[in-house]
Amino acid sequence: MTIRSRTVVFPVDNIDTDQIIPARFLKTISKDGLGDQLFYDWRYLADGAPKLDFVLNQPESKLCQILVAGDNFGCGSSREHAPWALTQYGFRAVISTSFADIFRQNALKNGLLPVVAPREIQRELLQGSAEVTIELESQTLSLADGRQATFPIDAFAKFCLLNGVDELGYLLAQENAIRAYEDSHPAAVDTLRGAD
Amino acid sequence: MKPRTIIEKLWDSHVVAEQEGAPAMLYIDLHLVHEVTSPQAFAGLRARGLKVRRPDRTFGTADHSTPTVADRMLPILDTIAATQVEQFERNCREFGIPFLGYRNDQQGIVHVIGPEQGLTQPGMTVVCGDSHTATHGAFGALAFGIGTSEVEQVLATQCLLQRRSRTFEVRVDGAPPAGVSAKDIILALIAEIGIGGGTGHILEYRGSTIRALSMEERMTVCNMSIEGGARAGLIAPDDVTFEYMHGRRFALKGAAWDAAVARWRSLATDDGAEFDRRVSLDASRLEPMITFGTNPGMGMAITSAVPDPASVSDPTERETLAKALRYMDLAPGKPILGQPVNVVFIGSCTNSRISDLRTAAAVLEGRKIAAGVRMMVVPGSQQIKAQAEAEGLDRIFREAGADWRAAGCSMCIAMNGDQVAPGEYCVSTSNRNFEGRQGQGARTFLASPLTAAASAVHGCVTDARTML
Repeated sequence: MTIRSRTVVFPVDNIDTDQIIPARFLKTISKDGLGDQLFYDWRYLADGAPKLDFVLNQPESKLCQILVAGDNFGCGSSREHAPWALTQYGFRAVISTSFADIFRQNALKNGLLPVVAPREIQRELLQGSAEVTIELESQTLSLADGRQATFPIDAFAKFCLLNGVDELGYLLAQENAIRAYEDSHPAAVDTLRGAD
Repeated sequence: MKPRTIIEKLWDSHVVAEQEGAPAMLYIDLHLVHEVTSPQAFAGLRARGLKVRRPDRTFGTADHSTPTVADRMLPILDTIAATQVEQFERNCREFGIPFLGYRNDQQGIVHVIGPEQGLTQPGMTVVCGDSHTATHGAFGALAFGIGTSEVEQVLATQCLLQRRSRTFEVRVDGAPPAGVSAKDIILALIAEIGIGGGTGHILEYRGSTIRALSMEERMTVCNMSIEGGARAGLIAPDDVTFEYMHGRRFALKGAAWDAAVARWRSLATDDGAEFDRRVSLDASRLEPMITFGTNPGMGMAITSAVPDPASVSDPTERETLAKALRYMDLAPGKPILGQPVNVVFIGSCTNSRISDLRTAAAVLEGRKIAAGVRMMVVPGSQQIKAQAEAEGLDRIFREAGADWRAAGCSMCIAMNGDQVAPGEYCVSTSNRNFEGRQGQGARTFLASPLTAAASAVHGCVTDARTML
């Protein structure tokens, strides 16, 4: 899996999931239409008019598949609407030095690559849009001038992404192990019955 | 046997299977569900023709998008929210999950009602599609927030695929001075380690200060573990825990209770167990804390001045701070005390329990909130609301000029119509001061219930110690 694209750059640390998609859009009961709400309050004025100078409102950004952000991307709320919105907009990877734990897991489950880059490369990429190539098989990030960095990724998540393995299917196939565990570990609580 | 931390004991006892190269399959004892992060998971079950494997280990409530109006027989006016709440209750009924719906007299914030009902127990794994699930760690449970795909996985299999987290000891010793609360302890910790400081770790809070906290205070501390980047934070159970739990609706009874207590006592971290990281705080040196920026790590003692981006060398870090101060419209170098405020919010899964309401009421008794200030007090559950009303706290709030509401997440996440207007400043007892968190353009100062109530009286950020 190779992603080759120009980058969109957000040179701020600690971008939280409330920025990625504000909470008022979480009243939906579906996953549809979230791409339009991505970074809504950074993209639109209070009256809903787009901020024309904001990077995501520029036509060339629509073609960018890679977002570069400051440290600790995706902190805060566990909302999976954040990677849903990012992928629906068209992003396939985010480059940072670190990702919040819940966001990272949510991203991997939706085919969005959290790419942890060395800080000097991330800081350099934050200076402006650039052409970047990300290759999952070799876990490499390549810059236009040929410099490369490898990035870590959970081996199981990588296997699932490359082979289209569905985690829920994997878990369902462990039925015997789950039953054996339940048989030897009596429930501490029964939510159906309470104490009576 | 090698000495183990409570974190390792909880992990080890929940591993169902661990295959070469794959993460561990972890068994989940209690799964809490709410209306916002579950609809797509139920839709996924339907699409695959799956059932909920263990409805008897699952429990629901509607809290995030629900109104806090007193009369719950009224229809929910926001039709999108109404649809979400109705869909949630329909999902629970269809899949056989017990729940406390919007109109139930025990409904409340999911992290408030879990402990209140006695569902949360030591030694459990607890998950919920909500990052503040860490709250349940106060009982010595391994409790963490998950995304909607994981909600679906737990509904279908009662298991999750997880990599072991590193362990992080947070030791707090010393007696906090008057006016310094559990909220100030956790805000001080987050200011110390930073908003990403605990990433990849599970925290264990230890030390004499933690031991001396009540269960409600321990929940306030554990609740904000995620604001320091840690998905989970917990406290070993002790007599304070058992006393809080005993006799609650879902708590064990009789011989089963006695046996459980003996088991729970053995959960504590063994002497000599090693942590991957350690930090310690001296609570006797703490002051009331407040945030000045747009993440919970941007906190300081209330007597401090707003920091200056010019003193930060890294350009991205400098821009991060400068952007926060632009959003907050605060001048570098200016003391935060005396900063005018428009709104005060007492509530959220961090600080909406009866002790929080008593603290705020004690400040407001016989006083009025300042002219022009709007104050909203939102209990964490309908049971807490009833108790506060039985104690006359609602009367104190109303006479002071505050708005006394029904239970829910309310202005912490501003999904239900309770919100701060653009540009307004709010002293809030909630957990997040992110841009727009309390409403588009809203500016949030996170603080304790004591600081919030004192600030309501004076109409500006106030050091409550001057009023004690």
